Amino acid sequence: MCLGVPARVVEVKGTSATVEVGGARREISVLLLDRVTAGDWVILHAGFAIEKLSPEEAEKTLALFREISDATEVH
Amino acid sequence: MQLKYIDEFRDPRLARGVVGKIRAAWGDRPAMRVMEVCGTHTVSIARAGIRSLLSGVVTLISGPGCPVCVTPDGYIDAAIGLGERPGTILATFGDMLRVPGKRSSLEKERAKGIDARVLYSPLDAVEIAAKNPEKEIVFLGVGFETTAPSIAGAILAAADGRIANFTVLSSIRTIPLAMEVLASDPEVRIEGFLCPAHVSAIIGSDAYLPVAEKFGIPCVVAGFEPLDILYGIYLLLLQKKRGAATVENEYARVATQGGNPKALEVIGKVFRETDTAWRGIGVLPGTGLRIAENYAAFDAERKFGIEIPSAEERTACRCGDVLKGKISPPQCPLFGKACTPEEPYGPCMVSSEGTCAAYFKYGVQ
Repeated sequence: MCLGVPARVVEVKGTSATVEVGGARREISVLLLDRVTAGDWVILHAGFAIEKLSPEEAEKTLALFREISDATEVH
Repeated sequence: MQLKYIDEFRDPRLARGVVGKIRAAWGDRPAMRVMEVCGTHTVSIARAGIRSLLSGVVTLISGPGCPVCVTPDGYIDAAIGLGERPGTILATFGDMLRVPGKRSSLEKERAKGIDARVLYSPLDAVEIAAKNPEKEIVFLGVGFETTAPSIAGAILAAADGRIANFTVLSSIRTIPLAMEVLASDPEVRIEGFLCPAHVSAIIGSDAYLPVAEKFGIPCVVAGFEPLDILYGIYLLLLQKKRGAATVENEYARVATQGGNPKALEVIGKVFRETDTAWRGIGVLPGTGLRIAENYAAFDAERKFGIEIPSAEERTACRCGDVLKGKISPPQCPLFGKACTPEEPYGPCMVSSEGTCAAYFKYGVQ
């Protein structure tokens, strides 16, 4: 029940926003976020964006996975 | 369809690499007992076969983090009671429908005529209320910190719109103090906590510092995808190996140390902390959220003068022991026999996130 999906913000109108999830558009609430603009990634849960998703942090984590994964393959 | 920020975290080649790294780092030490607190982790672990990938390295114990599973049967009975009032529409998340109360379930009562609707968002319930002023809409507010701000947001929307026919029957629970109770239980013997992804997005990873510090148990916040879970477990094993007990955050792309301040502000505005009963576990002080005095008009308990009983009937169902990680589902005498996903007996088999349902569906032994 705590599942949330990454969604990309297309347009913000006050506390509402249009987001794109897997190619489909939805209207959601961004009441729970302080600042959100078009292009941001958010986590969507029960009709609300509950937090932003940082693409930079995602890339850092993936780089870490690649690093330790490749290190294992060499040995 | 490619799903950004999901597919990359499911890459099987990288997963094999991380598993290799884990096995190499751990060697032949005895398996570490790790509890995945959250039901969404439980499902992901079962689906990806992580238990068998890491057999002998970690023993994964499923925790109480399935909201539907820990909602006491008295709550279901109270919801049915409200649904039987003329002119009432019950609005709920899907998993709640089949949960057995003492006498029936919402699904069975719906077949007999009560109006119970499955919604995706609590905001949809506010909309139904606005469109049906002659009806009473009761939203079954079940969930953890992840869902609490959304339910609070719906109450604020109803207050703003002066919608007088919308209420919430709150059954919201909070995680960190429940983890402390489990941490102090000698029968469960937890050596590491894999902390929930989205609860942590709201409350922040620092919320687990007391668990790590008071009980000396390593904590790692991890995302819900297989690579997140594997790497989270790797971090827990490394902590254990060096004798550390700190809080680390693998899910830095979403969760921060302090959480989401706006969401916490909204929760603080609408809810107050309270003692609450967890099915099969009992009353845990300070782990519930009730609706604050200022928003009493949106509290179904106050508006309709009802009280949710916390006492439970004792049955052969061992859901409580499963929720505390004391037994695994196949050790329950009902598992797979008198209790299956088609004919569930206990809540852990009803919810798709229930430990028993995950074990049954994915054939975990």
